[in-house]
Amino acid sequence: MSGNRDNSEKSRARLRVYQGLLFALLFIAWYVLTSPTLLPPIYFSEPNQAAFFFGEPLKVFERLWRWFVSGEIYEHLWVTLIETLLAFLIGTVFGVIIGLWLALAPMASAILDPYIKAINAMPRVVLAPIFFVWFGLGIASKVALGVTLVFFIVFFNVYQGVKEVSPVVLANARMLGASPRQLLRHVYVPSAMSWVFASLHNSVGLAFVGAVVGEYLGSAKGVGYLILQAEGFFDMNTVVAGILLLTAFALILDWAVGIAEKRLMVWQPRTSETERS
Amino acid sequence: MTSALALESIDCTFISREDASQRYTAVRGATLRVAEGEFVSVVGPTGCGKSTLLNVAAGLLQPSAGSVQVFGKALAGINSRAGYMFQAEALMPWRNTIENVAAGLEFRGVGREEAAGRAGDWLKRVGLAGFESRFPHQLSGGMRKRAALAQILILNPQILLMDEPFSALDIQTRQLMENELLELWGMDRKSVVFITHDLEEAISLSDRVVVLSAGPESHPIGDYPIDLPRPRDVAEIRLEPRFIEIHAKIWHAMKEEVLKAYVRQQRQ
Repeated sequence: MSGNRDNSEKSRARLRVYQGLLFALLFIAWYVLTSPTLLPPIYFSEPNQAAFFFGEPLKVFERLWRWFVSGEIYEHLWVTLIETLLAFLIGTVFGVIIGLWLALAPMASAILDPYIKAINAMPRVVLAPIFFVWFGLGIASKVALGVTLVFFIVFFNVYQGVKEVSPVVLANARMLGASPRQLLRHVYVPSAMSWVFASLHNSVGLAFVGAVVGEYLGSAKGVGYLILQAEGFFDMNTVVAGILLLTAFALILDWAVGIAEKRLMVWQPRTSETERS
Repeated sequence: MTSALALESIDCTFISREDASQRYTAVRGATLRVAEGEFVSVVGPTGCGKSTLLNVAAGLLQPSAGSVQVFGKALAGINSRAGYMFQAEALMPWRNTIENVAAGLEFRGVGREEAAGRAGDWLKRVGLAGFESRFPHQLSGGMRKRAALAQILILNPQILLMDEPFSALDIQTRQLMENELLELWGMDRKSVVFITHDLEEAISLSDRVVVLSAGPESHPIGDYPIDLPRPRDVAEIRLEPRFIEIHAKIWHAMKEEVLKAYVRQQRQ
């Protein structure tokens, strides 16, 4: 019904307006509370102290603006994004392959079980120094760190996805004459993919964590490096600008995963789907 | 004459995975022979091992004892001359209707284009023309059953194994599907084993009705030829005096078993 669609569009537009208003409100609160001149000092005795701890929005945006206009940021952003994407891709590919293998080979899975649990329980950021020794201070060590974070998320989801294949669908495919290879390709993999996609939103975020934490711990390039440098000078505006920039790009990557998911998972039922001509 | 399908004194004992001393014998000494072109229904109370017997016939389950013969040859592995229609949803949710129907041909190495062409023909035959690119969740329950039927019949199996295929449908859709099944079956008369707990469905479809005892250790306790004329209309045939007569006779034999199963369920 067109009337209903109009209504839902209207309510969505209203939602966007509210979201925009909330953003403006937060921005104004940030501006007013950190401005040295607008408010009398409420909590901090020194008028500049709020700005020192939280940055000033106008200066933060000015910093972002200058980064992009001067082109200074692109090199760093590029490095961080490459680290993130590589960690994400490599971690996902390994997670899928090893997840499929262990889910379909119960013996190997039984032998490796305690080791997988141990590695997963370990806080993997502690591996960073080892990766620095192995791979140096360049991109590779950050990618390695990100891979260890992404791999397990994808791995466990693939494993679960294969275990949860509907036994009826499986038996049906066997009755229709599917060979073990065809079962893998036409039943196990597609079934596991829905779990993989559910996990990709998480793993994109963790790939970012790997890259930025790696940069904090030792690097010469990257947004994490910029943030670390600025912190050394107590330049809170630059720190906040870096954080906002990373957040924006994490959102973009997450959105890209969402698009890919929608494209590839058309077969999945969505809650309340109606006939559309 | 060799039977199309012969299950000879089948035993099926399940052992609990956690505790090997926990055993459950679902089927004991069950013998079932289905002639070529014969439509046999197997009825019995719930939990009497009907599906177990069908899984044995399909080669999905190894019996603990007894033998399975398909057209006189001992069955090893999956029964490739049989098509199996499951009670639960068995279509691959990630394939659309035409891809689902073509799946069996693809698995057998038929080219993608030819498989799609033949699948399209079958979709028309089961009344699903125009729904080729729908995914299973976009079809109604009855449409999914039609697609499942086409998915099986496209491979032209000599034996059809059906496990309460229409039990999830509402009564009108169900009678429609039953009539369509009879029509499709009438074209080339495959051997059919049709499992159901609905005696009326069994009588209206079959040449022969086999009654199973209540589980555990379920086995056939009655074998009734159905001499109603074909072609039949499943909705109308229920009103005929001969149908009612047969129904009364079989129900009399079944009643006790149904009660036994009911009491057993209450105790659990």
